[in-house]
Amino acid sequence: MNALIFTALSGVVMMFAGLFVRNKQHIKFIAIAALLITFGANLAELSTIAAGSRTVYGMITISNFSILFNAVAFGATLLFFLLSGSAFEKVGEHVSDYFALVFFILSGITLASSFSSLLMLFLAIEIISIPQYILAGSDKKNPKSNEASLKYFLMGSFSTGILLMGITLIYGATGTFNINELGLGEGEVSPLALCGIILLAFALSFKVSAAPFHFWTPDVYDGSPTVFTSFMATVVKAGGFIAFIRIFHIAFAGGVISEHWQLLLSVITAVTLIIGNFTAVFQQSVKRMLAYSSIAQAGFMLLAVIALNDLATKGIILYAAAYSVATIGIFAVLIKLKDYTFDGFNGLARTQPLLAVTTTIFLFSLAGIPLTAGFFAKYFVLAAAVQQGNLLWLVIVAVLCAAISVYYYFRVIIAMYFKQGEPQTAEITGGFKFLLVLTAAIVIILGVFPGLLLQLI
Amino acid sequence: MLTVLLILIPLVAGLVTFGLKGSGPKTLGLIASVASLAVTVGALFQFRTAPESLQLTASWIPQLGANFSVGLDGMGMMLCLLTAISFLLIFIVIYNRNYERSNCFYGLMLLSQAGLTGVFTAYDAMLFYVFWELALIPVYFLCSLWGGEKRIPVTFKFFVYTFAGSLLMLVGIIYIYLQSPDKSFSYASFTAGSIDAHAQSWLFWLFFAAFAIKMPVFPFHTWQPDTYEQSPTPVTMVLSGIMVKMGLFGVMRWLLPVLPKGADMWSDAAIVLSIIGIVYASCIAIVQSDFKRLIAYSSIAHIGLMSAAIFANNEQSLQGVLIQLFNHGINIIGLWIIVEIIQDRLKVKNLNDLGGIAQYAPRMAIFLVIISLANIGLPLTNGFIGEFLMFSGLFQFNPWFMAVAGLGVILAAVYTLNMVQKVIFGESNQLTATTTDLKGNEMLVLSIIVVIIIALGVYPKPMLDLVSSTTELVNKVY
Repeated sequence: MNALIFTALSGVVMMFAGLFVRNKQHIKFIAIAALLITFGANLAELSTIAAGSRTVYGMITISNFSILFNAVAFGATLLFFLLSGSAFEKVGEHVSDYFALVFFILSGITLASSFSSLLMLFLAIEIISIPQYILAGSDKKNPKSNEASLKYFLMGSFSTGILLMGITLIYGATGTFNINELGLGEGEVSPLALCGIILLAFALSFKVSAAPFHFWTPDVYDGSPTVFTSFMATVVKAGGFIAFIRIFHIAFAGGVISEHWQLLLSVITAVTLIIGNFTAVFQQSVKRMLAYSSIAQAGFMLLAVIALNDLATKGIILYAAAYSVATIGIFAVLIKLKDYTFDGFNGLARTQPLLAVTTTIFLFSLAGIPLTAGFFAKYFVLAAAVQQGNLLWLVIVAVLCAAISVYYYFRVIIAMYFKQGEPQTAEITGGFKFLLVLTAAIVIILGVFPGLLLQLI
Repeated sequence: MLTVLLILIPLVAGLVTFGLKGSGPKTLGLIASVASLAVTVGALFQFRTAPESLQLTASWIPQLGANFSVGLDGMGMMLCLLTAISFLLIFIVIYNRNYERSNCFYGLMLLSQAGLTGVFTAYDAMLFYVFWELALIPVYFLCSLWGGEKRIPVTFKFFVYTFAGSLLMLVGIIYIYLQSPDKSFSYASFTAGSIDAHAQSWLFWLFFAAFAIKMPVFPFHTWQPDTYEQSPTPVTMVLSGIMVKMGLFGVMRWLLPVLPKGADMWSDAAIVLSIIGIVYASCIAIVQSDFKRLIAYSSIAHIGLMSAAIFANNEQSLQGVLIQLFNHGINIIGLWIIVEIIQDRLKVKNLNDLGGIAQYAPRMAIFLVIISLANIGLPLTNGFIGEFLMFSGLFQFNPWFMAVAGLGVILAAVYTLNMVQKVIFGESNQLTATTTDLKGNEMLVLSIIVVIIIALGVYPKPMLDLVSSTTELVNKVY
């Protein structure tokens, strides 16, 4: 509950901060301080909950799992603020508003990690989505940013409609919004509920950009200001997944019902993995490549949604953490570059060796190479899917796609280390380097000792 | 404890080396490799007196049941010895070369040594997988940064190939882990035999893919000649002398004991692939005019024989493979050293441009002849006893397989002697007339190699004793 209150309050504080604080540096500091307080308040609740969970008016249920996921989301956002916070100023005038919108998205994510009513699910998805439409269009004078915003808004509201329709059908079939009381796992499956589930699966697939509902992603991620793409592709996407996994694991698990949607989602996962990875191979811009890579990574996270076991819930948290940290790191470096194509990275190892080394570590993590956090993240979702038993074909597709992903991730490494060039970079401060090394250290520490995070789950 | 030290020395030295300048990296590389060899010899003594003291298990990820569990058996001991000797020899030979950014070069070399030693000592499947990948990454950078003209696409292909194989193995490891009675990655629970025959039959291919790509076995070999050709020669030595042994080691440590029924089911298929590789690679080697590619194909042929012998899986064939792991490593590194010397002096690698070197560099010619003969497996050289045992084991398994594989020996004589003839005999030309003979450090390294070749050729008993425990272990599960 703390997380929800504090994120919403911080959002309001940031809105007013814009009125009273003129110095943009100070605004950034206020945002970081507010986030730190929120982070602390969220963790403080962990001790009061212990092993059980607390339900608030049947609307939200706070458990260890949701608090831990919030902590991961806040931690990743903190890294994002620290690494890329100063890039907010370059987007436009209203810096404090951008921070406020980010906080509102976070409060949506806390709802997504703890809802126990379908109404709250709808609210969560809306609260996450609407600020994103604004952030996507925040570079007002840039037509590409406007296009991204409009496209995102149109497609997003369409899928929200589908989500709402799904919720209505499920309500019609069961007579309740409470996800713990739907009882869909027992007895016969009514066609009405099944339609509802399918609509929900489609709507949520859209939100997490799973194929074939991914067409908005490259354009929106490419058109939005890079700093916000970084946030949308990581923390927000993880938030979408947490909603996805909660509703499907709690409400739609068990009995005949899970077999129906598992097949559907398996196909969606396979298509997502294949389209995401193969299309990423052909990109010329690193930013667009990262957009497709986020689709490909979504495929992996979907494995956790399909696999109904304990490993999957652990896996999704670890995956969210590993993927977000690494991607935020790469985007932080990308923002500093003038040229977003692969050639823009040529020779970076010579001019900025530290940036090159840390970027390499982040890319290793995304590719799932051992001793980085990404390896154990992949390990868990694969293990979850293997344990499921009948998904081995999907696991094989996934690992072959992971091998393909090496191709486009390593193109960046090849450009940095093995090609000649004079990349243009913005000024790199000592503090930025320090934070980048810190982020890379987190990736490696979680890769060597994943137990540190796992013991909390 | 010594086992951990074996991994730690190159790891720490490698990381330190990145920060050094001037001749620091060279010196540290040499010191670290001497220290590794000393520790390996110490471990060898301890292995005879108290082998259990070389085992060590420490908690790593308790939530997963993965431990930092390392140890040495006869096979691991021998491969660690090979690794330590090879790196020392390589570092001595290249001591006079000056590599651009030598701190990175030596640092990555030492890291790959740490990874390789880790693979040979790991007794936990998760740890094994981590080291398996870790050995690959430094080599990828070494080839891509210091290799030939086409290095980038070639090493990239190598990386993607092996990475795909490893991932398939990872799926296999996960499956076995989930089936294991105590949900643990330890060697004991992997070999506990909890996998039914049906699962073993498809798991076999997941593991086989990873190991076969690494070895490489036909038809997974296409990355290998290009990579050997394009890599800087010291890295080629690591690749062909030690890294290919990872695949063979993997089959003996992880495939046969963990999936005995699967291996039994598919042994014919695996042997047929291996034998096709022998004949196919030998034929290509005969028509090669590139020095490096010729040795690369000859290596595929030799590895093919070893892989066939492993899957024949009887006491003699396994014993043959185990000692051949070491001897093939020593011989092929010897050959690469001579290639490196010739290439360094004359800057050519086409056999047709060479000839008559014996007149100008008689000592080099003698060494090349001895090492080549050892490579063919002439009696009284180290290559003989291993090949003999492997053929004898293969014969017991199926005489027809042995007959076809035996062609490999004849073909090996054809291309090896042809190569020797083209390089050191015949008419000399303007270029080869400028060849200077071996220098002090080159003399030293090649002498050591020849001493090993002849000593183990005449008296292979210590080697056979060392590996006998492993042969029994692998055989026992049947």
